[in-house]
Amino acid sequence: MLMTKKSIAVGALLAVGLLTTGCSASSDTPTASATSAAPDTTATSTLTVWVDAERADALAQAATDYEAQTGISVDIVARDNSTLKDDFIQQASSGSGPDIVMGAHDWLGELTTNGVVAPLELGDKAADFLPVALDASTYDGVVYELPYAVENLAMLRNADLVPEPAANFDDMIAKGTAAGVEFPFVVEQGENGNPYHLYPFQTAFGAPVFGRDDSGSYDPTQLTLGDGAAFAQWLGTQGNNGAKTMSTEITGDIAKEKFTTGQAAFWLTGPWNVNAAVEAGINVAVDAIPSPGSEAAQPFAGVKGFFVNQYSENKVAANDFLVNYLGTVDVQVALFESGGVLPALTAAADQVSSDPIIAGFKAAGMDAVPMPAIPAMGRVWEFWGIAEAGVLNGEDPDATWLQLTTDVQSAIDGS
Amino acid sequence: MTDLERARTRNTGLGGLIVKIAVLGGLDAIAVFLAAVLVGRGDYTVAGLVIVGAIILTVIYLSERFIPAKYIGPGLVFLAIFQVFVIGYTVYIAFTNYSTGHILTQDQAVEALLSQSQSRLPDSPSYPLMVVESGTQLSFLVTAPDGTALLGDAENPLKPVDATFDDGQAVAVDGYTSLRFADILGRQDEVSSLAVPLSDSAADGSLRTLDGRTAYEYTSSLSFDSTTGVLTDTTTGESYRDGGEGSFVGEDGTEILPGWQVNVGLDNFTRAVSEPSIRGPLVYVTAWTIAFAAISVGIIFALGLLMALLFNDPSMRGRTAYRIVMVLPYAFPAFLGAMVWSGMLSQSFGFINQVVLGGASIPWLTDPTLAKVAVLMVNLWLGFPYMFLVATGALQAIPGEVREAARMDGTSRWQMLRHIELPLLLISMAPILIATFAFNFNNFNVIYLVTGGGPRDTGAGIPVGHTDILISMVYKVAFTGQNRDYGLASAFSIIIFIVVAAISIISFRRTKTLEEIS
Repeated sequence: MLMTKKSIAVGALLAVGLLTTGCSASSDTPTASATSAAPDTTATSTLTVWVDAERADALAQAATDYEAQTGISVDIVARDNSTLKDDFIQQASSGSGPDIVMGAHDWLGELTTNGVVAPLELGDKAADFLPVALDASTYDGVVYELPYAVENLAMLRNADLVPEPAANFDDMIAKGTAAGVEFPFVVEQGENGNPYHLYPFQTAFGAPVFGRDDSGSYDPTQLTLGDGAAFAQWLGTQGNNGAKTMSTEITGDIAKEKFTTGQAAFWLTGPWNVNAAVEAGINVAVDAIPSPGSEAAQPFAGVKGFFVNQYSENKVAANDFLVNYLGTVDVQVALFESGGVLPALTAAADQVSSDPIIAGFKAAGMDAVPMPAIPAMGRVWEFWGIAEAGVLNGEDPDATWLQLTTDVQSAIDGS
Repeated sequence: MTDLERARTRNTGLGGLIVKIAVLGGLDAIAVFLAAVLVGRGDYTVAGLVIVGAIILTVIYLSERFIPAKYIGPGLVFLAIFQVFVIGYTVYIAFTNYSTGHILTQDQAVEALLSQSQSRLPDSPSYPLMVVESGTQLSFLVTAPDGTALLGDAENPLKPVDATFDDGQAVAVDGYTSLRFADILGRQDEVSSLAVPLSDSAADGSLRTLDGRTAYEYTSSLSFDSTTGVLTDTTTGESYRDGGEGSFVGEDGTEILPGWQVNVGLDNFTRAVSEPSIRGPLVYVTAWTIAFAAISVGIIFALGLLMALLFNDPSMRGRTAYRIVMVLPYAFPAFLGAMVWSGMLSQSFGFINQVVLGGASIPWLTDPTLAKVAVLMVNLWLGFPYMFLVATGALQAIPGEVREAARMDGTSRWQMLRHIELPLLLISMAPILIATFAFNFNNFNVIYLVTGGGPRDTGAGIPVGHTDILISMVYKVAFTGQNRDYGLASAFSIIIFIVVAAISIISFRRTKTLEEIS
């Protein structure tokens, strides 16, 4: 009997709950205006922020602090990074998307072409960010991203095997060989190549992908990839038919395994792999990338940050949260502590550079250039790695590179 | 009361009726709640469908007239949600230009274009801002760099006013209520869309704010005339019109994006068959898909049957142990199996080349022909245990007297297999073979996990590789790279659907004749 009474009570509670939620949902507008007229400042607005699941915890603290300061509650939603961009593009305009999304600057071409991101105004704060971060966050002369971290490749060195940094690429191979390990140097490739990891060597021969227009934006009409014939020839000498310093057989996992087990002296990789090497007990030193050519080896910089949804109904709150709160030293340092990637805010970057590994990445990133975000870059990626993999596997460097340039140019012209 | 009486006359328990009413009531309550939420969000069509669905279900179960519908009703509901809707939506997408740059509505595209064209005047100052209100009209009260207060709204350009200052910033002005940040939050759209002209001349630009705390001077390089639908670039004077294909097009043919989603009729289908860079890959990918599915079925069936015949021989010892080993690949998750195989087939680090072949360097995954062989082999490994199980069952179901009679007539083992066992097997196994064919026709997992469709065909206009089957090609067209084309991918899906449906119908017709013969 007692049980029956209890279950009836629960049922009644549920029914009332349903009724009340039904009412509040159907009479949304009047409720909202009623609260805004009330003198209390609490929770007039909720910001929904989609973040990479790995950064969710670092931001949870920032969200709580921001709510305490302004009364705006921030709902941090951890999402799978691999589907974050697509889900955002699909849902942004439907009204069910977030107000803010975390992402990388090279999404900008797609995001602006689809018209789903709103411009930001950093105002006087713009000067407080690292130049490369600001450069990357600007698309077609307009800033869209509030940057929080700058990622670039650097040369990881097993300091127990090779105590001194290498002066140039040949010196690195010589030092690595002298250390007597199976691989003097490893870099992630794979059967389709990996141009991102070879880009520093390409720029060492003076061949960026795109030229820049007067405003400093990458210009799709100036494809300078074709200047890389000297790079292609050098790459041919390093592949299967030459010195075998690089191979398409070395995937990311294999490169990681060789370095973390002490079978490789040098590893060209990014900050995301440092922890694995340190945890494996390797004495890791981070150096600038040794150049095989006459110019500096410039890696691509990837700038992580936040974007505001063009169709957000909380744009004022979203801009305030990003520019006036996430753009501060404390938050940028907190985000650094969760991810270990160099902060984009200069003051925060200086503050964390006492760590030699971070200082190493910062130094290697001195010459870094933002990865082009223009849609034409998508056409380059389609052909670039395949061509480089071909050269490494013994195809004629000159002919392959010429074919690559022609293919990319016609793909850009055709789209 | 009538229901109750009828229920009694049909000897249905009163308890059953109460449960029925409770379940239906719960269902209808959920439907009403859903509909209320949907109407609140403006989704009237979906709300209507939910209500109609709930009414139909309630009528079916309360009335005595729809006995068959009571059994198939729930199934039909799920069929509608998970099959009919998905297919219908795919068909709809196939007739649109839904792709990168064409995901918005036209109004949204205009909004995005205008927003992207706002640029801050170079070297212009920033203005500390107080949003003020008179009646319901919002105005900007800003502090100019020289410390004076300026007031203006959407119609009235900025003018100096006498204002109350706090810490060098104008915070209040007579006749206006100053809005606190919390008040602004309730009216964010109004605040962020407000543009206060700097002067009477529109060319001087206007003040806008994004964060409600600071205003900046902006000019817009685009203007939109909503009556004529013409977008004008105010710096060059060039005008852009709706080009009819979901974007604004200039007089010289330049297209500006973002565009919007429009119906393009059969464009995606004509493109699939007429554009050489797409038609080429489409033809050979279709050929390879059919070959992959047919060869897979052939070798899986052959090996499965062979194993079943061997292990069905009573003279074989330890059959149970062998059978357990045989079924292992089937018990192992297919995803893991495919990925492990992909690693084992690696050219210079893989187990196959390094250990089994003693250090050979065979490009299993990177040579177009070998990669095809490799995916077929992996698929065989993954697929034959199932066929072995089914064939074993079917063999054991053949009555012993049939075999005995054949043996009395003096048949050889081969004749027995060819003329007695195989035809009897095929009756029960033909539908399974057709299903296996249809499954392998869309066997995305094996292709994606073993070779990823590679090696890449560099000559193709869409990202496609030598081992790609239709479904993995569709995936690449729709979901990879920076230029997604959902419309084209949906058109491909429909082509796949037609092919699979046609093959299945023809095959089932033929098996029917097979059954009639027997």
